[in-house]
Amino acid sequence: MTDTMPVGATGAPPAPPAAPTGAAGPRRPGRHRHTARYVRARLTHLLLVLLAVTFLSFVVVDLLPGDAAVVVAGENATPEQVQAVRETLQLDRPLLIRYVDWLGGVLTGDLGSSFRTGQPVLEALGERIPVSLQLAVVAQLLALVIAVPLAVYSAYRPGRLLDRTTMTLGFAGAAMPQFVLGMVLIVAFAGGFSSILPATGYTSFFEDPLANLRSIILPCVTLMVAEAAVYRQLLRSDMISTLQEDFILMARSKGLRPRAILLRHALRPSSFSLITLSGVNLGRLIGGTVIVETLFAIPGLGQLIVQAVFNRDYMILQGALLFVAVAYVVINMLIDLLYLVLDPRVRRDV
Amino acid sequence: MTAAAEDPLAAPAPVETPTAPGEPLLVADGVTVRFHTRNGVVRAVEDVSLELREGEVLAVVGESGSGKTVFTRRVMGLVSGGRGTEVGGTVTFGGTDLTALSSTELSRIWGAEIALILQDPMTSLNPVKRIGAQITESILLHRRVSKAEATKRAIELLRSVGLSEPERRIRQYPHELSGGMRQRVTIAIALSCDPRLLLADEPTTALDVTVQAQILDLLADLQARLGMSMLLVTHDLRVVRSRSHRIAVMYAGRIVETAPTSTLFANPLMPYTEALMNAVPPVAGPNHVRLQVIPGRPPNLIRPPAGCKFSPRCPYAQDRCLTEEPPLRDAEPSPLSEPSRRSPSAAPELHQYRCWFPVGSPAWAEAKARNVERGSSAAGTPVTEEMVLT
Repeated sequence: MTDTMPVGATGAPPAPPAAPTGAAGPRRPGRHRHTARYVRARLTHLLLVLLAVTFLSFVVVDLLPGDAAVVVAGENATPEQVQAVRETLQLDRPLLIRYVDWLGGVLTGDLGSSFRTGQPVLEALGERIPVSLQLAVVAQLLALVIAVPLAVYSAYRPGRLLDRTTMTLGFAGAAMPQFVLGMVLIVAFAGGFSSILPATGYTSFFEDPLANLRSIILPCVTLMVAEAAVYRQLLRSDMISTLQEDFILMARSKGLRPRAILLRHALRPSSFSLITLSGVNLGRLIGGTVIVETLFAIPGLGQLIVQAVFNRDYMILQGALLFVAVAYVVINMLIDLLYLVLDPRVRRDV
Repeated sequence: MTAAAEDPLAAPAPVETPTAPGEPLLVADGVTVRFHTRNGVVRAVEDVSLELREGEVLAVVGESGSGKTVFTRRVMGLVSGGRGTEVGGTVTFGGTDLTALSSTELSRIWGAEIALILQDPMTSLNPVKRIGAQITESILLHRRVSKAEATKRAIELLRSVGLSEPERRIRQYPHELSGGMRQRVTIAIALSCDPRLLLADEPTTALDVTVQAQILDLLADLQARLGMSMLLVTHDLRVVRSRSHRIAVMYAGRIVETAPTSTLFANPLMPYTEALMNAVPPVAGPNHVRLQVIPGRPPNLIRPPAGCKFSPRCPYAQDRCLTEEPPLRDAEPSPLSEPSRRSPSAAPELHQYRCWFPVGSPAWAEAKARNVERGSSAAGTPVTEEMVLT
């Protein structure tokens, strides 16, 4: 639904244009203007995406079988009670009117309230978002911290023991369904064999930082394993092809040691697809991870969304989807901006 | 490119005489490189021995696939044994046996005493690092200088390789420069620590013809000014005519002829050398000469032909050429003497070649006449009168 491919990921770097002749003079001041124009274009894009996402979800939820008023009024409600609920929730009005109404509320900072509990949507999101955000960011960082060194070394010595071992382990981890992996971890660290970590539940960081960290270790590891495996594989193969480049041979012939060649010359030009993918994954994880949240009883966005769908709680659902879409687009915009920093060749094309 | 007089690569002046022979700086002795692949053993370099003296420019000339690049990288130590690569022979640089050094010891010499320039400047610079950083990196690695001093040196280097506005260039990225400018940058990088030996692997092949001459002249100028030795690898004989002291012609991983540049041009003995010369426009002479193509392809290095490796393509090939590989022999005193045991440092004028029927000899005239008469060489390559008009 959104164009998530950053400009730098569309294939080969743009052909270098003819260099300015000596007399052309400096041309630097344009760069910031370029960036500003790019951000503006991206924000316009974001607006369109948000309109599309929220309207579509309005329509889809409306098309779901089952009547929200019936669900909200309860199983034993009389038709009169149901009708009363319908009028209170204004479900009797046409879809488009309700959508425009909701949109107007969003613009004034009012996302409405839950049909079921009456809790303001903003408040409900405020409880869930930090949880999902923490889980997503920590899992991503863990995946990168584990995958990058393994990938770099595997690319440096492909086919050797470390490469083969991590590849096998990675495939195993990636192939295992998340809930199986999660249960294995629970048995290993929070039950059967040892109970050094809590099996379920979530403690807020501000309440008790240590308990918070302990409570997210298992869910984060569960989320991270498959991603780390994919990242290792991706970066390893990009790195291997970078290491074939002439500029690596040049770096060797300068007398640089392997560590400097790998980290200072090869890593950055090899990291573009990894960055794209981890941006996409981060956006996805922020939107919630139902399986892991359910397994570890973590009150994240994923659970909120699923419950909202079952309960026909439109307001909660709309609010959550709005946030997920914003997060997704903003993260990918940041990734694109990161490209500007990492790859000088992209700068002139934005 | 038909008008020889306008050819910017052609040598404008008679060949310079070699400078006073210095001490041998680089001695390659019996260098052999074989790659074990799924399809068989690629004999990339077979028993190559060369010497390069202080301040000397040695050109290694050959078609693609002749082993000249692998040889250069083996000389430097960038190609080493292990993992399917088999190496042999020794390379002595300034009295040190490079083949006996560890990779750590080698990397202290790389960039500091031996520097490398690659063929394609579009790919030999790191696209995501500033020019300045790519130059100072080398300086900071090998010299005890501050960052500011290294930057100052980088600016000087860029100026000395003829780049305008060096202060601005060091802040630029490679993609902001043209091919010729980039090659100047790689030269600046190579020279950053005043190396004693510069290995230039086809330094101009990827460049525009007009830029090629500028870069070659720059290299020649820097080489003379800094007194470096240079191993200039190329497939183009024109490039080296006025810019080298000696030439070694490689074919199928072997040296097939080596001589001082002027001797080689005046009196090529190996038919392959002669063919290479006929394949490029002559420096002087009629404007519209028909260039001669060397028939066939470079040999398969996994299953090279028996006998002389050039015999399948040679217009003078006789039966003996197909079965018996000629050794590298001295041209003087008598062309058909024993295999050479002399080294170029002992005799700077040494002319060696590998052929049973050296061009210009009576045996060669006979072979030529025989092949013209039967219309083909002993290997079955068609031969016409026109092809052997030399």
